Amino acid sequence: MLKQVEGSHAVAEAVALCRPEVISAYPITPQTHIVEDLGTMVKAGGIENCEFLLVESEFGALSACIGSSAAGARSYTATSSQGMLFMMEAVYNASGMGLPIVMTVGNRAIGAPINIWNDWGDAMSARDAGWIQLFVESNQQAVDVHIQAFKLAEQLSLPVMVCMDGFILTHSYSRVDIPEQEQVDAFLPAFEPRQVLDPAVPVSMGAMVGPEAFTEVRYLAHHKQMEALELIPEQAAAFQQIFGRDSGGLTKSFECEGAETVVVTMGSVIGTMKEVLAGMRADGISIGALAVRSFRPFPKDTLRACLQNAKRVIVFEKCLAVGMGGILAMNLRMALKDFPIRVHSAIGGLGGRPITRANLRRMFEKGIRDEMEEPHFHDIQMDIVERELERERAQRRSGSIAENILQDVGVVAAAKTI
Amino acid sequence: MAQIPESLQKVRFYQTGTLTVGNRLLDAEHRSVQATLDRSNSLDSGHRACQGCGEALGARFAIDAAMRATDNRLIAANATGCLEVFTTPYPETAWSVPWIHSLFGNAAAVGAGIAAAMKAKGRKDVRVIAQGGDGGTTDIGFGCLSGMFDRNDDVLYICYNNEAYMNTGVQRSSATPGAARTATTMPVGKDPGNAFNTGKSVPLIAMAHLIPYVATASVHDLHDLEHKVTKAMGVRGSRYIEIFVPCPLGWGSKPSDTVKIARLAVECGLFPLIEAEHGEITGVTKIRSKTPVADYLKLQRRFAHVLKPDNAHQLEQLQAIADRNISRFNLVDDQGGQE
Amino acid sequence: MFQVRIHGRGGQGVVSAAEMLSIAAFEEGKHSQAVPSFGSERMGAPVVAYVRIDDKEIELREPVLEPDLLIVQDPTLFTAIDVFAGLRDDGYVLINTRKTAEELGIGEATQRLPEGHVATVAATELAMRHLKRPTPNTVLLGAFTAMNDIVKLESVFKAIQKKFPGKIGEMNVTAAQAAHDVAAAD
Repeated sequence: MLKQVEGSHAVAEAVALCRPEVISAYPITPQTHIVEDLGTMVKAGGIENCEFLLVESEFGALSACIGSSAAGARSYTATSSQGMLFMMEAVYNASGMGLPIVMTVGNRAIGAPINIWNDWGDAMSARDAGWIQLFVESNQQAVDVHIQAFKLAEQLSLPVMVCMDGFILTHSYSRVDIPEQEQVDAFLPAFEPRQVLDPAVPVSMGAMVGPEAFTEVRYLAHHKQMEALELIPEQAAAFQQIFGRDSGGLTKSFECEGAETVVVTMGSVIGTMKEVLAGMRADGISIGALAVRSFRPFPKDTLRACLQNAKRVIVFEKCLAVGMGGILAMNLRMALKDFPIRVHSAIGGLGGRPITRANLRRMFEKGIRDEMEEPHFHDIQMDIVERELERERAQRRSGSIAENILQDVGVVAAAKTI
Repeated sequence: MAQIPESLQKVRFYQTGTLTVGNRLLDAEHRSVQATLDRSNSLDSGHRACQGCGEALGARFAIDAAMRATDNRLIAANATGCLEVFTTPYPETAWSVPWIHSLFGNAAAVGAGIAAAMKAKGRKDVRVIAQGGDGGTTDIGFGCLSGMFDRNDDVLYICYNNEAYMNTGVQRSSATPGAARTATTMPVGKDPGNAFNTGKSVPLIAMAHLIPYVATASVHDLHDLEHKVTKAMGVRGSRYIEIFVPCPLGWGSKPSDTVKIARLAVECGLFPLIEAEHGEITGVTKIRSKTPVADYLKLQRRFAHVLKPDNAHQLEQLQAIADRNISRFNLVDDQGGQE
Repeated sequence: MFQVRIHGRGGQGVVSAAEMLSIAAFEEGKHSQAVPSFGSERMGAPVVAYVRIDDKEIELREPVLEPDLLIVQDPTLFTAIDVFAGLRDDGYVLINTRKTAEELGIGEATQRLPEGHVATVAATELAMRHLKRPTPNTVLLGAFTAMNDIVKLESVFKAIQKKFPGKIGEMNVTAAQAAHDVAAAD
């Protein structure tokens, strides 16, 4: 059914259609609207046989899901930013135990300085945590991928994060086709755990493992993710059969075939990019884009197949491995190491900095000229940076960098943040 | 749904005589349940607890009682700690109840999640216990515990209090008493051992949440412990039981003194046995023969420095805490109590 | 594509206005996107929200930089920020005020716009009269439908009732109708 709804509400409806049995909730912007809506649905009787737990922290939120999932209940929670860090111990624990929890990440920057706006710092902090991480480009995909996520998680006995750009998607209203319950029921079978806490057949879960087994356990965690590389496209195809939409999968090409330059990115920014790239192609530039939809597992083979004939790749990402550079770029370079392809790394949109058609085009043109610094900080105000560096050279007690930068860019301009 | 097995399992006795589990020489009706050959048996033999471990004793009697009270329909969530480690390195387990260990600080939340799952699945007959040591309860797991109380989740939380982080090598927790020696509060300098802070009584904090049932128990009075666990399992909502469990390794006491030390802790007033319902104290176990705290302290090397003349002030401080407990909880009857 | 930027302050329903406008467009079978650009939830802070309306799917995620329409819910913002930034030469401006553009000191900025593209409505007063609350958002949406035919008044009514079912919705519909009538009469 077509609806004009907020992204968060659309996700809540999708999760409800998946018949969750336990939902735990803790507020953090910009994820909060999702669990608010789910809480209302549960309380109003809109989700049958579902318990909604209002917990005391994100750590408690995911821990409750660990308990409920281990007890055989389909379990869901959502988080963002600092919340992801606060639950991090449980994030690793959930995947280590093979519990198929689905968690929405309303992607938001990590402080300090505290910042509530969008980037991928939170999801990236958990990139090695053993969860499957799927990125979505639109609210329609957010709906579709959540439905796929439960199936994927339960089939593999692995938790799945569905990563959606905070505010840009979570808080935006757009037209979304909310599937029918019968469609979802046809796609998503009941949860059949590999191991479950049941008094009839008592098992001990989560016990200690020593050096004699840990390597194999870790190998199998990796192996499961490699299996997911097969399963994700299969499920996307099965989803398309029932719902008629191309959602999910490992990657998505936007005219990257045969293009000299391919932009690789994730998430909602592809929407703006598509328009820019269409304009550049109209101007005779050979350029396309490839969206990575599954970041974990990282689809190396698929990326190699898509990109092997490109002359250069411009990776654009809303995250930074401080002291190293672009995270997606690092991963992609690993995938392309056997090909003579130049990979430029551009980092932008940090903490919600707007990414516009105009500044994207400038950046792409710079990339095509192979004039990008490594890494390239997109839309950065270097004069402001230089002023702070000068201040630090000049005086020991130079104060807070964050505050100084805001003084320099001008308080009024900062307040606008249009 | 698979068949629930018989609630009572056969137990193996490796010793005989009057000093073994329960007293099987008594008439049947006076015997402890633990003395019967077909008693419930949550924690099987072969686990790796130290000799004289108070926690192993307390956990077995507590979970056994809970199993009986629920006809074995019980799931346990366990915090990281001694109890987790000595009962379950894979592939072995001493537990005969479904059991999960997740993390150090989240047993209460995991328990809450299990309870929610059971409710969602219409299995309200299956009851949940979350358990941990004092570190996992009073310190790192405190947020989750308070959240569980606040929501009144249908979980019994049992804290096995041995007054320090034993699994990591005896470091101070917020349940460690003043003056006690731990690896992080060594008996050096002025005021040796742990500082006398303001104290943190989780039973009283639990009461402040107005949860249906709070109790303290000790491994020297196992009937009382069983009674409290059984009572707790007869109630829905959040319940909290804190069991005093001496740790020979961490306290520097003789393994054979575990029960004696537990008794003395109660009899001197340092560990009052109370029961509370919905925030109100409903019962206290009176002290039968009031004992000076020194009698309790002298059996433990962690307090050795307290009994030296230089540190008489520490002994006084500990005695004052015991005396305050006695007056606060009215632990000594006017006529019954003896000095 | 028709792009809207709504300026106001926290508590004035800026974000709700954008959402309702997008629902109104959806009701007419159009694609629409409403995006807030707010920070922490704080009364009185400057708030901006964007709406895009088009006949095809909208995938553009940048802020609205060159609006076709500016809705200004609080005229004190003119002195605080550059409200007119990027406004198209054929754009529309709708301001919640009793004053004229000249009195607000924006005569120069609005002069270049085509005849009939600048409208002022005392929306807060209308809101107080009909809603007993100083929330000018639905009132301004009603007024907007009198300026051009991007969305119909009836669609705005539907959007209001979706967002605020029941009595509050009805009151807002009455207020929006009143504002439409005022704007149409001007």
